[in-house]
Amino acid sequence: MFRNQYDTDVTTWSPQGRLFQVEYAMEAVKQGSACVGLCSRTHAVLAAVNKPASELSSYQRKVFRVAEHAGVALAGLTADGRVLSRFLRNECINHSFVYEAPLPISRLALKLADKAQVCTQRSWKRPYGVGLLVAGLDESGAHLYYNCPSGNYFEYQAFAIGSRSQAAKTFLERRFQGYKDYTPEQLIKDALSAIKETLQGEKLSSSNCTVAIVGRKDDGTIEPFEMIGAARIQELIDSMEVAEEAPVEASSSMQEEERGSEDAAAPMDI
Amino acid sequence: MDGLSKTIGGGGPSVPAGSHPAGGSQAAAGGGATQRTQYPYVTGTSVIALKYKDGVIMACDTGASYGSTLRYKSVERIKAVGKHSIIGASGEYSDFQEILRYLDELTLSDHMWDDGNSLGPKEIHSYLTRVMYNRRNKFDPLWNSLVLGGVKKGPKGDEKYLGMVNMIGTHFEENHVATGFGNHLAIPILRAEWREDMTFEEAVKLVEKCLLVLLYRDRSSINKFQIAKITTEGSTIYPPYSLKTYWGFTHFENPAQGAVGSW
Repeated sequence: MFRNQYDTDVTTWSPQGRLFQVEYAMEAVKQGSACVGLCSRTHAVLAAVNKPASELSSYQRKVFRVAEHAGVALAGLTADGRVLSRFLRNECINHSFVYEAPLPISRLALKLADKAQVCTQRSWKRPYGVGLLVAGLDESGAHLYYNCPSGNYFEYQAFAIGSRSQAAKTFLERRFQGYKDYTPEQLIKDALSAIKETLQGEKLSSSNCTVAIVGRKDDGTIEPFEMIGAARIQELIDSMEVAEEAPVEASSSMQEEERGSEDAAAPMDI
Repeated sequence: MDGLSKTIGGGGPSVPAGSHPAGGSQAAAGGGATQRTQYPYVTGTSVIALKYKDGVIMACDTGASYGSTLRYKSVERIKAVGKHSIIGASGEYSDFQEILRYLDELTLSDHMWDDGNSLGPKEIHSYLTRVMYNRRNKFDPLWNSLVLGGVKKGPKGDEKYLGMVNMIGTHFEENHVATGFGNHLAIPILRAEWREDMTFEEAVKLVEKCLLVLLYRDRSSINKFQIAKITTEGSTIYPPYSLKTYWGFTHFENPAQGAVGSW
């Protein structure tokens, strides 16, 4: 009876100036399991929660290497995400064929955003139902971008997407100011802590998360985009748990968490 | 990819569907006969370039020959490309002008990203390599030898770059390069006298020595030269000037004397 009249295709405006189909696509990002990304001056880290679709199934990969210098983590429709990561791989390999140089991350993110934008302006298309954290390295250092189905994209110091990502965002908002000068190990630890915030009742272990890193070493050579091995992740998780034993740390972080959750949502959540 | 796809993918004369890539003979049957550059018409002679302490220096004369006639006396064969590179060309002058159009389009679209990234000499050289090789594979080569020099800040500080591409797509990087006749007459001099830490003045002296040898021995060179340099400060193309010559050497008086040939 009072059905929404303005949401039957992507190109129809509502009188309030909204595109409902695009907004619904943005919702799809929040359904997927969480991903976080953070970067320092020289390194970028991506992490994702591995959630199996059912007790009997395996989980779907959510972190993809795009090129030696770039990778993505995605939340939402993983099938759409794979299409987009293939597109990104194509762009990178074409660029390195022509110029024998890696495609700058800002251009990679922009090409992706342009592709997503087209789907919001054609009646016979559907927006991608996936949000991507694009991380990588170029001449100007490490970068992290968030690309969403609406065709918007933003650069971040640290960000989280997917289900219960607000908890991770709160954690990151409290700490991101120091990230510029973080070591790779510190970045990974914070990525794991942020991921941990998004888990509900589950315990963080190397079997339910994926972490990847890319960066530049001190001597100027590239440290290629790579998934970090399960053994190393478990080692870091264990060391973090030991640190948490300290009671002072625990109580202060709980207080701050309450304060943090009152903060407004990040702009693209609208 | 933007620039290249336009250059070698889309526009320009293409091989008609179904015709043999090598053929001119059966092209009439398809009705879409294509004309390719079979011979160069207006050509420039040698370009020489070398790395020195602060960057790269490049030089050539300003002549262009129509066949073997010295037809044009002041054409610029060295141009700036973007912020970090200079290009020098020998061979067909109109093909060089076309290449300059490609590069203008490339650097313009690169600039229009407006994101602080820019193509360096290495990237431009690689791009040119793809264009040259692609055109030769269409049996429609751009009849040039191109020299590309530049300086750009990299992760390990300022990096000097000097490379060459020819009409069939062969490409390499070197500390000093020379095209055409210069490859025969200037390279031995450069090999003997080039040093990594040369000052600009020393580099100019060495370049002038090579140019003078070429002027004496290369019939298509003229005595009007242009020198260009590229450093971190950017590129400078100096106005043309002449070198002092001395034709009174005894070997010049009867040049055929020492050359005993079978004919």
